[in-house]
Amino acid sequence: MARTMAEKVWEEHVVRRADGEPDLLYIDLHLVHEVTSPQAFEGLRLAGRSVRRPDLTIATEDHNVPTQNLLAPIADPVSRKQVETLRKNCSDFGVRLYPMGDIDQGIVHVVGPQLGLTQPGMTVVCGDSHTSTHGAFGALAFGIGTSQVEHVLATQTLPLEPFKTMAVTINGTLDPGVTAKDIILAVIAKIGTGGGQGHVIEYRGQAIEQLSMEARMTVCNMSIEAGARAGMIAPDQTTFDYVEGRTHAPQGADFDAAVEYWKSLRTDEDAEFDTEVVLEADEISPFVTWGTNPGQGVPLDSSVPDPASYEDPAARAAAEKALAYMDLEAGTPMREVEVDTVFLGSCTNGRIEDLRAAAEIIKGHRVADGVRMLVVPGSMRVKEQANEEGLGKVFEEAGAEWREAGCSMCLGMNPDQLEPGERSASTSNRNFEGRQGRGGRTHLVSPLVAAATAVRGTLSTPADLVAQ
Amino acid sequence: MEKFDVHTGRAVPLRESNVDTDQIIPAVYLKRVGRTGFEDGLFAEWRKSDPDFVLNRSEYEGATVLVAGPDFGTGSSREHAVWALKDYGFKAVLSSRFADIFRGNSLKGGLLTVLLPQEVIETLWEAVEADPTVEITVDLVAREVRAPGVQEPFELDDYTRWRLMEGLDDIALTLRHTDDIGDFEQSRKPWMPVTL
Repeated sequence: MARTMAEKVWEEHVVRRADGEPDLLYIDLHLVHEVTSPQAFEGLRLAGRSVRRPDLTIATEDHNVPTQNLLAPIADPVSRKQVETLRKNCSDFGVRLYPMGDIDQGIVHVVGPQLGLTQPGMTVVCGDSHTSTHGAFGALAFGIGTSQVEHVLATQTLPLEPFKTMAVTINGTLDPGVTAKDIILAVIAKIGTGGGQGHVIEYRGQAIEQLSMEARMTVCNMSIEAGARAGMIAPDQTTFDYVEGRTHAPQGADFDAAVEYWKSLRTDEDAEFDTEVVLEADEISPFVTWGTNPGQGVPLDSSVPDPASYEDPAARAAAEKALAYMDLEAGTPMREVEVDTVFLGSCTNGRIEDLRAAAEIIKGHRVADGVRMLVVPGSMRVKEQANEEGLGKVFEEAGAEWREAGCSMCLGMNPDQLEPGERSASTSNRNFEGRQGRGGRTHLVSPLVAAATAVRGTLSTPADLVAQ
Repeated sequence: MEKFDVHTGRAVPLRESNVDTDQIIPAVYLKRVGRTGFEDGLFAEWRKSDPDFVLNRSEYEGATVLVAGPDFGTGSSREHAVWALKDYGFKAVLSSRFADIFRGNSLKGGLLTVLLPQEVIETLWEAVEADPTVEITVDLVAREVRAPGVQEPFELDDYTRWRLMEGLDDIALTLRHTDDIGDFEQSRKPWMPVTL
């Protein structure tokens, strides 16, 4: 029977199948960080259990870590204790940890691919919803809760409910200045924050095939914002080239054997998806959110929508509430919205290509008066590479703050937060109320829009800088 | 895990769609390493900033069933959202649509999330708003929700229902199949990556 890629990867990992029970799936890679793991390790301790496969487990410190003064102890005692707890747990249970200060430390979803640990056809889990990022390689990768983290630590498996399949096809070629971030924001605006519920999305079509590996990660990363369980992209030469030569990638004849296998994972020609969504690439333009969920987005060329224009009363009420929180008036052109802060970073857009793209725009300009720009690389390796390429200098010369690696202002668990009432243009993934700091207001944007916005102080595209 | 069979209690009407887990429990409460005591984080921002927020109203004090809008629990995978709801005293959450990870977490942790048609949610909202003393029964045995004027079946797969009714720990169940896991490991491709 013809199968989709997600179904093939699932089948390859079934440890046990029994009538009336969920399939038990094997997990190839378990990524761990300090926030969602302490209670899981404690559960193991209480039950006298060990980690079954420390060699398939890796940990990093990312959510809580400060992005400056790395050598000083973490100032917030609660954050410090959580990070120290992870260190103790990794030491007690034999899990490899990349702590603050290590060259391989960084955001868990940047570190895995960078080390070559994320490969096509794998099952990858992490106690973090943005684990969907790793689906860019054709892996089945999804976020799990702490009970499941404990389950994977103890058994290297998970009992999982079946999923539905969705194809999201982007036909044609993107216009210049339109990025992977704009694709995924447009997809979420189209299908809604619950549109992918119960589904594994496979992104397909010419525009997806033309994306680099890092851009594919941006798309898959925000599958969760569309409500999906995971997002995937078929592995191809772009994927193989990215994986080859990385620390944990197969080598020599093993690599050739792996590529042969990876090629077999593509969705069969006549396979059917439960749901199909199609977008035309040339209809996608730089996108920005105006509200408090990632589905509340519009092209940057347009205006804040009028809640009265929504027929569904729930959507209308949600829009009214969002506009009140965001302090925006219906009909205001998005370009006139002024920001206090620009955040460039996160597991969505904190990779080297994102930094390159933003640096190219900002080079020779200054961050606007009254605007603070934070540039936070996704990992210390990304920072190192950016410095080698002179990008850090570009950001600093423009007046931006060039920080150390971590999740940072994406969720403000460290000191990088918005003040009440402050407004950001952010390359992260969530514009929820208070996400970047209590009372903070977030507009999700691409790295290109972030850079142009930093220069102009209002939501802008690079084309606006040229016009200036 | 505590067993769940039939629960009857008063309810809180939460007329909001897209309630994300950052609202259910803000990130600042996630820094703790313990497993209990998360009730102070539940809807912390709304409880602090809005005196009329439904959980701040005395008539809903002690309620144990949350009747929520669609797309409840979107966003982060934080199981702290489930812990906060349970620690606060909720036994069940009713909605017409839950985010997948939140739903999975709730059913692992013994908080019963019940899918009901939006019309039924609306009826329940009206009922508990008109009379906050109205009780809702969530019957896992019969897979049915009952309230005055409402008798609505709900779906939940047999396996999950059994596990919740027995209060069983998933890990113990899986460890019965350790031999299967060992066999599977023998068949894994030799070039797959290891971290150590």
